Amino acid sequence: METPLTKNIIKGKTIDLKIYEKSGGYQGLRKAMSKNPEDITSIVKESGLKGRGGAGFNTGQKWSFVPMGKDAPKEKYLIANADEMEPGTFKDRLLLEGDPHQLIEGMIIASYAIQASNAFIFMRWTYQNSADQIRKAIAEAHEAGYLGRNILNTGFDLDIHLHVSAGRYICGEETALLNALEGKRAIPRSKPPFPQVSGLFGKPTIVNNVETLCNLPHIIDKGKEWYKSLSITDEGGTKLYGVSGRVKKPGCWELPLGTTMREIIEEHAGGMLDGYKFRGALPGGASTDFLIEEHMDTVMDYSSAMKAGSRLGTGTLVILDDKTCPVGFVHNLEKFFAHESCGWCTPCRDGLPWVEKVLNAIENGEGVEKDMKILEFHTSYLSPGHTYCALAPGAMEPLQSALKYFREDFMKHINEKRCPWRNNYA
Amino acid sequence: MKKDVHGGIIMPKIYIDNKEYEVKDGKSLLETSLTLGLNLPYFCWHPKLGSVGACRQCAVKSFKDADDKKGKIVMACMEPIKDGMHVSIKDHEARKFRAEVSESLMTNHPHDCPTCDEGGECHLQDMTIMTGHTYRRFKFNKRTFENQYLGPLVNHEMNRCIACYRCVRFYKDYAGGKDLEVLGAHNYVYFGRHEDGVLESEFSGNLVEVCPTGVFTDKTLKKHFTRKWDYTSAPSVCNLCSLGCNTIAGERYGKIRRIRTRYNKEVNGYFLCDRGRYGYEYTNSSKRILTPLIKDAQSEAGFKQFDVQEVQSNLKTILSGSQNVIGIGSGRTSLESNYALRTFVGADNFYLGMSNTDYELNHIAAEILKKSSAEKYSLNDIENTECVLILGEDITNTAPMLSLAVRQSVRQKPMHRIDKLKINRWDDKTVRDALQQEKGPFFNITPAKTKLDELALINLHTDPEGIGEFGFAIAHFMDSTNALPENISKEYSEMAKTIAKTLMEAESSAIISGTSSLNGNILKAAFNISEACAKQGKKTGICLTFQEANSLGLTLLGGRKLSNIGKDESHHDSLIILENDLYRKAPEQEIDQTLKSFKNIIAIDSLMNSTTRKADYLLPAGTIYESDGHLVNNEGRVQRFYKVFVKEEGEVRSGQEWVQMLSENIDTDPLAGLKNIFDYCKAIEKEYDIFKGLADNVIPLNFREGAQKVAREPHRYSGRTAMHANKTMDEPTPPIDKESPMSFSMEGFHGTPPAPLTPFFWSPGWNSVQSINKFQIEIGGELRREIPQLSVLNKDSKNLSKEYYKMDLSDSKHRNDKSEWKVLPLYHIFGSDEISIVEGGIKELVPLPYIGINPKSAKKMEWKESTLVKPAGEEINKGIQLKFLDGIPEDCIGIPLGLKKMPFVELEAWQSLHVWEKSKDKD
Repeated sequence: METPLTKNIIKGKTIDLKIYEKSGGYQGLRKAMSKNPEDITSIVKESGLKGRGGAGFNTGQKWSFVPMGKDAPKEKYLIANADEMEPGTFKDRLLLEGDPHQLIEGMIIASYAIQASNAFIFMRWTYQNSADQIRKAIAEAHEAGYLGRNILNTGFDLDIHLHVSAGRYICGEETALLNALEGKRAIPRSKPPFPQVSGLFGKPTIVNNVETLCNLPHIIDKGKEWYKSLSITDEGGTKLYGVSGRVKKPGCWELPLGTTMREIIEEHAGGMLDGYKFRGALPGGASTDFLIEEHMDTVMDYSSAMKAGSRLGTGTLVILDDKTCPVGFVHNLEKFFAHESCGWCTPCRDGLPWVEKVLNAIENGEGVEKDMKILEFHTSYLSPGHTYCALAPGAMEPLQSALKYFREDFMKHINEKRCPWRNNYA
Repeated sequence: MKKDVHGGIIMPKIYIDNKEYEVKDGKSLLETSLTLGLNLPYFCWHPKLGSVGACRQCAVKSFKDADDKKGKIVMACMEPIKDGMHVSIKDHEARKFRAEVSESLMTNHPHDCPTCDEGGECHLQDMTIMTGHTYRRFKFNKRTFENQYLGPLVNHEMNRCIACYRCVRFYKDYAGGKDLEVLGAHNYVYFGRHEDGVLESEFSGNLVEVCPTGVFTDKTLKKHFTRKWDYTSAPSVCNLCSLGCNTIAGERYGKIRRIRTRYNKEVNGYFLCDRGRYGYEYTNSSKRILTPLIKDAQSEAGFKQFDVQEVQSNLKTILSGSQNVIGIGSGRTSLESNYALRTFVGADNFYLGMSNTDYELNHIAAEILKKSSAEKYSLNDIENTECVLILGEDITNTAPMLSLAVRQSVRQKPMHRIDKLKINRWDDKTVRDALQQEKGPFFNITPAKTKLDELALINLHTDPEGIGEFGFAIAHFMDSTNALPENISKEYSEMAKTIAKTLMEAESSAIISGTSSLNGNILKAAFNISEACAKQGKKTGICLTFQEANSLGLTLLGGRKLSNIGKDESHHDSLIILENDLYRKAPEQEIDQTLKSFKNIIAIDSLMNSTTRKADYLLPAGTIYESDGHLVNNEGRVQRFYKVFVKEEGEVRSGQEWVQMLSENIDTDPLAGLKNIFDYCKAIEKEYDIFKGLADNVIPLNFREGAQKVAREPHRYSGRTAMHANKTMDEPTPPIDKESPMSFSMEGFHGTPPAPLTPFFWSPGWNSVQSINKFQIEIGGELRREIPQLSVLNKDSKNLSKEYYKMDLSDSKHRNDKSEWKVLPLYHIFGSDEISIVEGGIKELVPLPYIGINPKSAKKMEWKESTLVKPAGEEINKGIQLKFLDGIPEDCIGIPLGLKKMPFVELEAWQSLHVWEKSKDKD
């Protein structure tokens, strides 16, 4: 089994330029720069690489909307979205801390493909170690001539700038990220126009997830066919899967895309801790629908997760066990989402706090049956298209599936006027 | 825009609730629906601010085609019109969603409507009712905020906020304000300043109308609060600068309570400046003259009251006995009042009450406007112009709404890129994200730094003579028949070349200038530039501003120069001063001298001022709200203002009515036969070709809607049977309006009257200012039943000579000695105007007197900002503070005109300064 993204990564260490180059690093870049930018885009498009940030859109296709040629604006930007703030998600951190040059190489390739004039890494503010490693790596890459003027004597210039975010969940949203990077309030923008056409500072911009970018050197180096062959299903490549919760070995592993949920939880995460039973999992971070026992054999790729009623999202599973109150669990998530709403559109700004308050009341034994109606109402009220961006619909995914799968637990709270998981009556 | 084979425009067909409509292309669905008269609730959208899709209130169902039954929810404000589109407003899911949005907006709203100033004219109330949300399910505590002190004009009550973001979008994005922000996040977004303090924008008062609920309310109104339905109101025109913005003034219990915007597409659109909105408080001042007064040395006030009969008999004797009566007109009162006085005293005895400089400049400006081949640009035209040049005007302070228009004009050229990106121009947030700081060409040539500097491609600050020269240099580079001024520096010459080139290349351009720099060469240069542009066949407009609301009207009526009084041989003994404080128009000693030469001085005015205090007889003039008449604005637009109410207190009459009374008194009665405004307009157009059509613009007295007059009061007006109970138990008959087909009561027509007669905007279900939607032919377009306004300058100018002006070098005065500074006139929105500063909120905001100086020159003189100085030759009992102003040329000082204790300035002036008191500051 090949693990191109993590093959260099050693726990507790960061790969420097020398080791990175020894293991074949920057070969992909060299190959890329011998080709036309448009050819890189086609290769990436045909490799089937999908955005690893959660939306799962074909990366090459996304690039193809960037205006190219003489009439295109001189300023174009590439941005690595390293604002990994999805609760339960820690896959990009592994790549940032373990093998920063892989990201930088990927960014140079992507920048070359769209002929970007500047590139940015938009980093989650708590990732201080990642930021340090990236800073070092950027300096090394400059020194070695991979960044700066006339890269590898091709005439192509590029600088990468690290921007450490002020720390809001919404900054991870592609367009809110642009506003944040411009120094404005992190409020999403409406599409169209897509950032590919009018993005950062009004110029054509590509925002790609860290993991997505890390795939690029390998795709260019070893070819699209090789890349496609890595996955179990037909979606191509590997995926960083993660598991958190009461399992024996929580962690993050690079596995062929299409590995089943059962294999991830039972083999790689070592199964549930003794004395705990699996009740459900958010398969791709906090803003995805619960999958439960019956979905254990679901193949964890974009289309299958969708079929099962959820989303692959970031591919990092958050496990709900039988000793954890599902209402409290969901309340915790909704509290986060309500707090992280940017405050721009009404349903999200005023709907999420209401949901949070209702869940809090139920959890504290103050819920009434009508509250279930209020929760259900919000799952449709905050559905896609009703809100300005995907934050609130995402926030409704764990809630709507919890209402479906754990309804009895909610009712138990209401009927018994307490949380059955708490020892003391509150 | 699609065109058919014959080049005609094909109107897209759309289907709303299965009904077919032919609509305009390029608009949003929300705007289109409102234009069609359909009721669709909204909050974040504003006709002038465009769409942002934040509030989600205007949701409708969009269908793929006629067969699609499922459809999906979309926001009408973000949906462009597409030919053949199918949408539903009535769709159950869409209605339900809109009610749900209302429900969540209201979760934290305090429901304090009974004690909220917005109550009864609240867009939030209207929209909540429209969505059908009634039952409240939210059972938790509401969040609360602390409110801020935002100055004397705008009140802040954040708890009412529904976070529509319109305030910051207007204040920052549209009006360029810097000190109102959205702070915080999630449902704790806070719209306010970084700390308590006076809002800095000249347009802050518009927050009151832009805010859909009671967060920002009129603080001056709070002092004498009245509900919208309890006003007696009438269409009026602002008389606090020369732009003539349209207003609605509301009265109750004999007091003007507030001013609101009266929409006029060409002039002020949806907004007003703060001087215009809040400058009404003088009308309720204790300094008002309410009864006829006669000089009385014995009394403490210097005057004693006398009644109208006494006035008549006394003045009859005086005026009949006078060999010659001199009249001085006024730039802040109506055409009719001035015409009445001019006719009464005779043309040879009529003096325009302007300073000598202003007199000269107004005549040059009027001549330019008459003969110019360029268009006379309205504010709306300026807004839509791609290239703007300002010569010598700090418009933010002399004509504030013009600066708001310029702020929009710099966005016009970059809009071509927006079109290329296929972004809809109304998609405001997207447009701003795409354009960032990109601006079109704007050149700002002024004596000192201005607020518009931040927008300009080139800023140049120099003395008025320098601006004139520079203007002539631009004209030279556009058409070399204009000579290049001799002394112009290489640097300036290059700059002028760049500006000339840009103007010549621009698709449309506007030249803005005016009289405030007190220099005729500036105006002449503006003409030469606009003429050179127009000769190229380019779309060019000229826009000149004046010192007073009716400066242009008065100039066109014609009269003599103030300084000529008493210069001729003829003997005269009586003087009538119409609504004018002469001490603002000439040096104190000169006016003292002039006044002394008359035996009898009759002053007609509304407020006590330095001039009225010297009068022997004082007649109480009505303010603009208590009078009828016309004002001619800076573009020559003749606009009617109507009496809002009849002042019961005292003996207040309009200037024209007083002059008429004086005239009736004497045997010759030169005003015989003139009974009302209509008669006056007839007489004026008979005497002046330029005013032809004036009388046609007057809506006849016998005009009726059905059989009804237009009611000044809404049908919900309350208290009429009780409000006079302290005087009589009978309900008094309302006064009869002899000047307009409007009633001073709630009886009458309440629909959509001819636009100039609209006393207030209201429509069923639309109680807020947003009801304007229902009065427009299309959103942002003309008002329904508009009557085209007369523009006296849009006459045929073909026969007039278009010859370029030559630079006038005759009057150049020279510095007497090295200690003298060249004087620059400076202006303040709150301070430079005569009447707005008398009372209230604006009075609080008037700066203390100061003398502006470049910090570098001050350093050379070893002066600090705390240094007090005294202009040589002025008798003052306190030193004047220095104020460091970076932009001021180093050999100049800035004198803020109009501020109390500031010396009168006529250019070209030189002034020495003495230190009043050495600074005590030791460091």
